[in-house]
Amino acid sequence: MTEALSSSSQAVSDAREPEFPMSRGRCPFDPPPELERRLHDEPVSRVRIWDGSEPWLFTRYEDVRALLRDSRVSADTDLPGYPPQSPGVAARRKRAKAFISMDDPDHASQRRMLTADFMVKKVERLRPRIQKIVDELIDDMLAGPKPADLVQAFALPLPSLVICELLGVPYEDRALFHRLSKVLISQEATPQQSLDAVEELLAYLSRLVEQKLKDPGDDVLSRLATEQVAAGTMTADDVAAMGQLLLVAGHETTANMIALGTVALLEHPEQLDLVRDGDAALIANAVEELLRYLTIVHTGRRRVALADMEIAGQRIRKGDGLIAASDVANRDAEAFPDPDKLDVTRKARHHVAFGYGVHQCLGQPLARVELQVVYSTLYRRIPTLKLAAPLAELDFKHDMLVYGVHSLPVTW
Amino acid sequence: MKVVIDQDRCVGAGQCVLAAPEVFDQREDDGIVVLLDENPPEELHDQVREAAQICPALAIELAG
Repeated sequence: MTEALSSSSQAVSDAREPEFPMSRGRCPFDPPPELERRLHDEPVSRVRIWDGSEPWLFTRYEDVRALLRDSRVSADTDLPGYPPQSPGVAARRKRAKAFISMDDPDHASQRRMLTADFMVKKVERLRPRIQKIVDELIDDMLAGPKPADLVQAFALPLPSLVICELLGVPYEDRALFHRLSKVLISQEATPQQSLDAVEELLAYLSRLVEQKLKDPGDDVLSRLATEQVAAGTMTADDVAAMGQLLLVAGHETTANMIALGTVALLEHPEQLDLVRDGDAALIANAVEELLRYLTIVHTGRRRVALADMEIAGQRIRKGDGLIAASDVANRDAEAFPDPDKLDVTRKARHHVAFGYGVHQCLGQPLARVELQVVYSTLYRRIPTLKLAAPLAELDFKHDMLVYGVHSLPVTW
Repeated sequence: MKVVIDQDRCVGAGQCVLAAPEVFDQREDDGIVVLLDENPPEELHDQVREAAQICPALAIELAG
């Protein structure tokens, strides 16, 4: 039996199984050991992905920045050579195309329809509302049974509520978009599951946009409906594609940073003490450091070369796939001394957890304020918060495009 | 130090406003960068250099 198993796994590796994304090692917070090895020994190298193609993998901080700001590379998922994250992403690339997978000038014109909604001072005005939601969710959790699942009780509801209010999506419909979003960010969803999920979400959002046209509210979808759809510059389906991006990106990432950030702090009690007792400046710093240390968008930022060129000393041909491994770039000692240490007092704002270049995260001011409110409130209100299961038994999201934990049993 | 911004390149990520709030702001109607002080005093130079370094769109240039 043992022999049969080992010979069959040999056969699989001979069949050129994918090398990327790579498996993590023992520490659930660290990038995969093989990725760390490439950072040190082979900073730019070819790597085989699920479809058998071999894009270039960039691991150094400065190289990742150079790649992502280069106007000779494209984020257009339709171009030949673009390395899709998963079969699901490849299957739906002609559907739900929004600015994240467009190049300028189309990218800039769509993104600029939204930059005012996420700018720093606009998001600061939401801080009291975010604080109120955080306090109420903690009240409810404390009034309920323990152990509790921090993901369902707190980490997922907060960013879902906030993005729903901003976009004008009814929070009562969260079961639908949570279910579909889970399929969309799964690395294991089949092409058909992925297509079905995107069609269902687009149909839902298109109907919502049509309603907003007739009865607009004070929200982003209403504004896009009345300014763009009414004027004929965009269709309801185009707005739905933008809405889909904002809705999924707006809750999945922050939810995972809340839950995984809590695990990381509970496993580093001296850092948790600093956060619990910290002033606003330390909290803001801790948010940057946790973003860097955890870099939950862990399957790389993907691009394709538009021309023959040289990046980071490597000759690249037009049509070559390119992957910027921002997770390991954020562990580059050239940019962050003692990079594997979680240190909430370090200067970390130059991290690339939100990406870099013109596609850097649009919602980052909102994510920052949400995380600042959470990290400054949760551990003060529940000073005895602790894991209700051993770290090794937690269900980490190795199977998702955004890293985190599927559930987080906590008690106090 | 003289600060020059490029509003056409700006993508409204807000990094400069967080790094150097006395020097950079965002336009109310579209979130694009505006310069509050093109010759910031010496005590703000480190903040302004950080803003230029982390701007994802390379929309901030420093001279002098």
